[in-house]
Amino acid sequence: MMDENEIIEERIKSDYKWGFTTDIENDTVPKGLNEDTVRLISQKKEEPEWMLEWRLEAYRHWLTMTEPKWPHVNYPDIDFQDAYYYAAPKQQKKLDSLDEVDPKLLETFDKLGISIAEQKRLTGVAVDAVMDSVSVATTFKKELAEKGIIFCSFSEAIREHPDLVRKYMGSVVPQTDNFYAALNSAVFTDGSFCYIPEGVRCPMELSTYFRINAANTGQFERTLIVAEPGSYVSYLEGCTAPMRDENQLHAAVVEIIAHKDAEVKYSTVQNWYPGDENGKGGIYNFVTKRGLCAGENAKISWTQVETGSAITWKYPSVVLQGDNSVGEFYSVALTNNFQQADTGTKMIHVGKNTRSTIISKGISAGRSNNSYRGLVKVVKGASNARNFSQCDSLLIGDRCGAHTFPYLEIADSSAKVEHEATTSKIGEDQLFYCNQRGLDTEAAIGIIVNGYCKEVFRELPMEFAVEAQKLLAISLEGSVG
Amino acid sequence: MLTIKNLQASIEDNQILKGLNLEIKPGEVHAIMGPNGSGKSTLANVLAGREEYEVDGGEVLFDGEDLLDMGPEDRAREGLFLAFQYPVEIPGVSNANFLKHAVNEIREHRGLEKLDAMDFLTMVKDRLKLVEMDQKFLHRSVNEGFSGGEKKRNEIFQLAVLEPKLAIMDETDSGLDIDALKIVANGINKLRGEDRSFLVITHYQRLLNYIVPDYVHVLVDGQIVESGDKSLALELEKNGYDAILERI
Repeated sequence: MMDENEIIEERIKSDYKWGFTTDIENDTVPKGLNEDTVRLISQKKEEPEWMLEWRLEAYRHWLTMTEPKWPHVNYPDIDFQDAYYYAAPKQQKKLDSLDEVDPKLLETFDKLGISIAEQKRLTGVAVDAVMDSVSVATTFKKELAEKGIIFCSFSEAIREHPDLVRKYMGSVVPQTDNFYAALNSAVFTDGSFCYIPEGVRCPMELSTYFRINAANTGQFERTLIVAEPGSYVSYLEGCTAPMRDENQLHAAVVEIIAHKDAEVKYSTVQNWYPGDENGKGGIYNFVTKRGLCAGENAKISWTQVETGSAITWKYPSVVLQGDNSVGEFYSVALTNNFQQADTGTKMIHVGKNTRSTIISKGISAGRSNNSYRGLVKVVKGASNARNFSQCDSLLIGDRCGAHTFPYLEIADSSAKVEHEATTSKIGEDQLFYCNQRGLDTEAAIGIIVNGYCKEVFRELPMEFAVEAQKLLAISLEGSVG
Repeated sequence: MLTIKNLQASIEDNQILKGLNLEIKPGEVHAIMGPNGSGKSTLANVLAGREEYEVDGGEVLFDGEDLLDMGPEDRAREGLFLAFQYPVEIPGVSNANFLKHAVNEIREHRGLEKLDAMDFLTMVKDRLKLVEMDQKFLHRSVNEGFSGGEKKRNEIFQLAVLEPKLAIMDETDSGLDIDALKIVANGINKLRGEDRSFLVITHYQRLLNYIVPDYVHVLVDGQIVESGDKSLALELEKNGYDAILERI
C-alpha cells in the first residue's frame, strides 16, 4: 500500500501531467490518423509490444470500415484526418476563487446541490479540500485492496495486470466490432479497469470519481470490468455536473464480463455539453457498451440517464450466454433544443432460461429528436427465453420528434417476448393543475417528467437518483415558452 | 376578499360571461347554481387563470389585488384554490411528493420556512382524517387509477393541506354517490372558518343540504340573475330553472 504522502504526491503529479510520462519532448501527436499515430500513442504510453500489435490490428481493420449511417441522426461528415488523436490534456487554468468562474455554471452547480469543495474541484479552483477526497480515496483503496479488488486506470492495468487485460480486452467488444469501437481500439488513451475476485461483494459503489489519478477521462476512453464467479459490483460512471470538452468526438468502449453467479450493475449519468440553444457545438457521443453474462445465473444491469451531448449513439447491450442469466436495461434519454439521440439496447439470448428487461423512457423537447432503437434476439436453442420491453416517449412542445425502432429476431419458438410502447405529451391540463397548486410551469414539468422516469430512477443508487432528478429539471429549463 | 365587477370572458370567440358581478366577504359560503352552459365552470376557470379563457372586460380584486394580472401559480400562492371538476392524473408522482412541493412553494411565497419531511408528514396525516382516507393514499400517484369519489376526496384533502383563503368548488358533487358526498361535504364543513371563503358551484341542490351556504346565486347566460339565501336553492329544486327564467 502507498502511504498518504505518496498518494498526495501522485495526486499533485497527476494533476500536473495527468499521469502521462513526459520523456518525449512534444506532448501532442500531429494531426491525422495513420499507423505512425498509433505507434506514437503506444510509445508515449510506454506500452508493451502486444498492446501496440492489438492497436494496429484494430487500426488496419478500421481502414476497411465505413462510418455507420443508419442511426436516426444528422451531422456533417467527420474528417478523421483533421483531428488530434493524442494530446496530453491541457492543464486546467488554476483559478484563485470561485468568483472567477462563470456565474451561470455556478448557478447550475447550486441547483444540483454540488458542494463548494466539489465546485472548486470541478472548475479548477485551487483548494485545500482536495485533501479530503485524497484521504477518503486512500481509505477506499485500502479497503478494496484488502478484498483483492483491482480498481485502477486502464494504463496501470496494462502495466500491472497484463494477463487479465490480454485475456479480457476485446472479448466482448472485438476490435472489429464496429467503426467507432475499432477507432477506439486503435487510439484509446486511457480509461478504467475493475476486477472483482471470486465470491467478493464489492463493499462500495465504485465511481470513477474516487479513482485518483483518473481525472482525465479522455476522448477515447476504455473501460473493462471483470466479475469473477459469485462476485458483485455496482459501478458508477459520469457525473451530473456539466462537462465541457474541446474534443467534439467521443468514442468510448465499455466491456463487462460477469462469470457464473456474478452480478454487475453499471449506472451512467451523462451530461456532456449539448451545444447551445441554437444547436451550435456540443459533443458527438458514439459509444459501444456491451456486457457478457458468461456463466450461469450471471446478471448485468445497465442504467443510464442521458441528458447531454449534441448527438448520442449508444446501445448498452447484454449477451446472455450462461443459462438462467439476466440482462436489464433502464434508460432515460432526454433531448432538448437541437439535440439528437439514437439510443437503446441489444439483448442477445443464447443460454437457456435467460431473461431480459428493457425499460426505456425518452423525453423530447425543443426541436430535438429522440429515437429508441432496440434489438431482442433469441438464437435457436435458447429455450424458454423471456423478454419484456417497455418503450415510452414523452413529448414537450410540438416541434420535437420521438421515434421507436424495435427489432425482434426470434429463432426459438419457446421464447416469450412482450413489447409495450406509449407516446404521450405533457398536457395543458397537467400543467394547469400543477400551476393551480402553486407550482410554476418549470417546476411542474420537472415534477411530471420525474414521475414519468420513476421506474428508471429507482434503479439508480440513491445519491445518483437525487442528482439525476435535479439534472432533468435543469436540462428542461426554458423548454416551455 | 373577492370582488368581481362586470366580468366578461370568452373561449374560442364565444362569449360566455357577460358582465358578472359578485362580492364574497371573508368566511362566507356562496353557492352558484345554473343550468348547463350558463358559465359556471367558465367562472371557476377564469378565476383560477386558465389560459384558454380570454378575459374581455371587467375587474376582479382578490384581497385588494388585481387577480386577473397574476399568473395561475401566483393566484394559488396568494390563497386561491380550485377544486377541479375533473382532477388530473400525474403518473409516477406520489400524492405526498406533489403536495410537499405545493405546500413549500406557497409557504415560500408567504415568507414562511419550508416544511421538512417530518413536519410535512405529521401535518398531512392529520388532514387525511378530514376526508377519511388511509395513509397509503399518500404514496399513490396523484389521481392515477383513482375512482371518481377518491379523486374528489383528494381535492378536498389538498384543500385541507394548502389552507387557501378562497376555495372554489367546481361541481365537486358530480359523480359522487350519497356516502362519498357526505364525506366530501363533511370535510368542507370542517374547513369552514372566519378566514376562509367558499364559492360552491353546483348544478343540483343536493350538495347544499350538506354544505349550507350563506348566499345562493343563480347564473343564467353569463350573468347572475337572482341572489338569495338557502331557500332560493330549495325553490330552484322545486320549480326548476324555467320558473326563474319566466320571472325575470
